[in-house]
Amino acid sequence: MCLAIPVRVIETDPSGEAGKVDYLGTKIGANFALIKDVRVGDWVIVHAGFAISRLDEKEARETLAMLREVQAAGGS
Amino acid sequence: MPNDLYHDRRVIAGLLSEIASLAKKTPRPVRLMEVCGTHTMTIHRHGLKDLLLEAGVEMISGPGCPVCITPDGFHEAAIRLVTKREDFILATFGDMTRVPTRLGSLQTAVPASGSMVKVVYSPEDSLELARLNPAKGVVFFGSGFETTIPAVTLTAGRARTEGRANFSVLTAFWVIPPPIRAILSSGEVRISGFLYPGHVSAVIGLEPYEFVAREFGLPGAVTGFEPGDILLGVRAVLEQIRDKHPRVVNAYPRVVRAEGNPAARAVMEKYLEPYDALWRGLGRIPQSGLRFKLDYASVDAAAKYGLHPAEDASDAPGCRCGEVLRGVLAPPECRLFGRTCTPETPRGPCMVSFEGACFVHHKFRGPSPATRRKK
Ligand code: SF4
Repeated sequence: MCLAIPVRVIETDPSGEAGKVDYLGTKIGANFALIKDVRVGDWVIVHAGFAISRLDEKEARETLAMLREVQAAGGS
Repeated sequence: MPNDLYHDRRVIAGLLSEIASLAKKTPRPVRLMEVCGTHTMTIHRHGLKDLLLEAGVEMISGPGCPVCITPDGFHEAAIRLVTKREDFILATFGDMTRVPTRLGSLQTAVPASGSMVKVVYSPEDSLELARLNPAKGVVFFGSGFETTIPAVTLTAGRARTEGRANFSVLTAFWVIPPPIRAILSSGEVRISGFLYPGHVSAVIGLEPYEFVAREFGLPGAVTGFEPGDILLGVRAVLEQIRDKHPRVVNAYPRVVRAEGNPAARAVMEKYLEPYDALWRGLGRIPQSGLRFKLDYASVDAAAKYGLHPAEDASDAPGCRCGEVLRGVLAPPECRLFGRTCTPETPRGPCMVSFEGACFVHHKFRGPSPATRRKK
């Protein structure tokens, strides 16, 4: 039911309320009515065909930076 | 943007060693409940259950599997609809069709003439079925938490605007914070903290969990679904224990905003009202279910077809899914686990759903009932 992974928006229809996302290389339809101003290239979380959240790139980068620190600290 | 760092061996090892040194300093053994079935899946798939146990943290599964906690009464109502009514389409998510009840399952049910069960991926697909089959009654049997509820509700709203009189929804809508309160109030199982479900939280935000810290003094972290995410969540909970400062930490900020998704919540508030719902294993919990307001009776299958699905929450004979959902019993402790109850022949919903604790346990740890939990 829940893809639980972010997918990239590859098409939006003129209403902006629906479009297509790339799910592991497959193009699938998604409804964007629950999030505002979706653009092609955005990463979104889709659940039961509806996008429920857009990824915040700044937060994503910060989490990755934190993981890189852990990595560098040398987990063996 | 997915990233390999969330799976990186050195990242995982590094986080685990941080967790181990934090866990060593806690006064009592750490036992965390992962509320969400998708977390249960990640934890087992990546072997984190044992790795965390070695690091001094026991993970137990909670009630966060909608297929599992939906009482048989709902499944039976759906089965009755499609077996008694002619020219009728019962649409639902795949897992829902396999839950065994006294009436069999939706998969084994023999539909009435002209009727059928359809598995759909999105509630919108079921509305499309209603458009294509105007002479048939179409019911979407929608079970889910706050992640799924806005999607189903919005679809019902669209049907109503379109005047699609043959479409309605059988709602099995559950909200996550009340069962957490019920589990804590019962005192049945000792819990040191929680991993809160990432995608439910993307909708409801952080505030609805604050009572856990305020009233029960327990820490928690909203957590994502990669292995690295799980460990970041566990680390965040242990840091709160160390600092004696229980609160709700957002360990999944790339997806979850503190305020959640206001648009999704507005959809729920417009169409739905809370009621004291019956959960499998947990009994009746105040304000834990959502149903359509009276104004929207035209898209409410319960009103339209005179259904009363919420009266019976008994388990199939021998099935102890209810206790599994409360975190009281580990799946292998059920006598049927791996013997007569397997993913191919599930005896209860916890073995049906791919988010169900019994299914996940069986898939990733095998059918052996060897690992029993110390009380
Ligand atoms: S193993 Fe099967 S019978 Fe036992 S609790 Fe789990 S689902 Fe129920």
